[in-house]
Amino acid sequence: MDLRYTDAEESFRSDLRAWLAEVLPTLPAKPAATDWPGRRAYDQGWQAQLFAAGYAGVDWPVEGGGRGASPIEQLIFKEECERAGAPYVGTGFVGLLHAGPTIIAEGTLAQRERFLPPILNGDEVWCQGFSEPGSGSDLASLRTRAVRDGDHYVVSGSKIWTSHAEVADHCELLVRTGPEDSRHKGISWLIMPMDLPGIEIRPLTTIAGSTEFAELFLDEVRIPVENRVGEENDGWRVTMVTLSFERGTGFVGELLESMRLLRSLTGLAQRTGAWGDAAVRKRIGALTASFDGLWALTKRNVSEAARNGIPGVGGTVFKLAYSEQGQQLTELAMDLLDRAGLAASGLDGADGQGELPNEELVDAWIKSISLTIAAGTSQVQRNIVGERILGLPKEKS
Amino acid sequence: MDFDLSDDQRALKDGIATLLDGVLPLEATRSAEHRADVVDPTAWAALAEAGVFSLLVPESDGGVGFGLAEGTVVFEELGRVLAPGPLVATTALAPVLPAAAEGIAHAVIDAPGRSAAPPLLEHPATCAAVVVLPRIEQVAEEAVLVPVGDLSATPVERSLDPLTPLASLATPLPVGTPLEGIDTAALRQRIMVLAAATQVGIAGEVVAIATEYAKGREQFGRPIGGFQAIKHLLADALARTELARAAVQSAAVILDDPLVAEREADTLSLSTVQLRWRAVAGAKLLADDAAITNARTAIQVHGGMGFTWEVPVHLYLKRSRVLASSFGTRSELADLLAALA
Repeated sequence: MDLRYTDAEESFRSDLRAWLAEVLPTLPAKPAATDWPGRRAYDQGWQAQLFAAGYAGVDWPVEGGGRGASPIEQLIFKEECERAGAPYVGTGFVGLLHAGPTIIAEGTLAQRERFLPPILNGDEVWCQGFSEPGSGSDLASLRTRAVRDGDHYVVSGSKIWTSHAEVADHCELLVRTGPEDSRHKGISWLIMPMDLPGIEIRPLTTIAGSTEFAELFLDEVRIPVENRVGEENDGWRVTMVTLSFERGTGFVGELLESMRLLRSLTGLAQRTGAWGDAAVRKRIGALTASFDGLWALTKRNVSEAARNGIPGVGGTVFKLAYSEQGQQLTELAMDLLDRAGLAASGLDGADGQGELPNEELVDAWIKSISLTIAAGTSQVQRNIVGERILGLPKEKS
Repeated sequence: MDFDLSDDQRALKDGIATLLDGVLPLEATRSAEHRADVVDPTAWAALAEAGVFSLLVPESDGGVGFGLAEGTVVFEELGRVLAPGPLVATTALAPVLPAAAEGIAHAVIDAPGRSAAPPLLEHPATCAAVVVLPRIEQVAEEAVLVPVGDLSATPVERSLDPLTPLASLATPLPVGTPLEGIDTAALRQRIMVLAAATQVGIAGEVVAIATEYAKGREQFGRPIGGFQAIKHLLADALARTELARAAVQSAAVILDDPLVAEREADTLSLSTVQLRWRAVAGAKLLADDAAITNARTAIQVHGGMGFTWEVPVHLYLKRSRVLASSFGTRSELADLLAALA
């Protein structure tokens, strides 16, 4: 139980803090939330700055062109970025956190040389084609079909929850190359250039009104066989290898952002007089305990990953606990806003107290509803905890 | 940074677990249910011999010289077997009260506060003296020591926890002897962390008991643990234990290590004094919640059997209530945390 940072880690932190203080004021204004080409350009600009300063792919191994930072340095990186208000990874998400690590682990030399550098320097943006309308939690049932035709796969089917599809250069695509009922044993992992003929992108609008997701309709899209990562029908394993890159830092930015939101809600409660309500104070107190506990759990997961390569038991329970606390936090925000929460755009406060943060809080509230759904529903997470950690029997064997 | 137990801490955990399985098996402890002398002097002496009470006393003063990090390891195990007696108080007082370090049982009670109830003393027949500790909001005041013989104590006929006999104390309490020159805040924080660690032990053990039951108990032709309705209850219970354990261990290290306290204070933009209170209050709140909620969950998983005296889970629920109502209630802790949010 040693929670000290080493001198080397402390100097990594202070160098980063100094660099962020220097570079963040020079960033351009953030584009509107709906301006996807603008957002792509903004995120690429930030990624290029990270690349020039040696902070691109902090969590990538050195042989993949990354910094090869330890899990603890990755934790420090996220902590300092959140503290300084640095931009999030944004449209670079799939490339930097998923496709890139997959290609590092499973790609050929030619694939690594072609695809990794443009992810790191921000030149190219990726999207993900995993889920399908008929395959959500049960991903292994996916049906998008890839038929071999000489040097190409001819791919037809549909994908859903593809983020940033409209502005992506490539898509990491899971396809069925085995028999229809082959499940995990008949899936392949392909790199699909997004400018190929036969790809139709239809934006999805979320309940928050945002458009980061799309459906993809693929109609006989011809993807070169050389774009396959891993062996044919071995795509499930390739996908799982990437998941093992998780070092317990997956939600650090979100957690620290929640902790910042809680502080600002405390301020809001004090300004509006809601602080006089003992029930409000108790909720703030309980949330403080939960988020501090999640921060402690993060450190435990990260140090476990540093030792064993994976975050262990704590990684799964973290997601479960964080999603629920995140939702309780935004419920508190809506209760504090009272009827101002009915306005989803800016609103002046009573008594000329300036603008209320209702636009930001209402948005946080609606988005938090996806916390218990995205990246594994809480119900599936509970099955995993029950079966893999507690050793309870499977529902259906 | 390595949050995991060190090799020495792991050896300590295994050692204390082995000792407790030998001297304090739950069946033996249960044979003293509802007795005033539930604390078995032989078992207590074995704990003293093993250094449980002198755990936090510096080696230069004849103690074991461990920190609270090791304290959480030991008290989690004590919670796991429902070890009876004023263990938290005696160990936490030992660094400032040599008699406690020698294994003479001491109790700590919160100074009378907002509760309507008279002060209740745990294990009146076992304790030599009681320390009256100022409540959290009056932490600058002095703690006082009162010999049990000076108290006007009326035994409570039947305690909620059959392994925690009680006496109600007439107020005002005797003036007692001030414990001069001690850091009352640090004493209370030690007590809170050790109580919270005991709750984590309870929270974890009831999940283990209920999980075993859910694997073996069959209904509708299959183990009930295969039903998601049961599985999900236990998954949530495990998550509560893990969250509380991380918070309790982190709080212990924050109290042990000033460098860690400074780093955390920087992260949360608090002073180190504020940070220490926030860490211990949050840890105890999460641990109290985990112990109580998990024990209730474990009873639910046992179905009708869980409502019988025979199945021991109710004892864990009752002990978790004893600990949650001591040294900072959930309501007080939430208030303190809000003030430090």
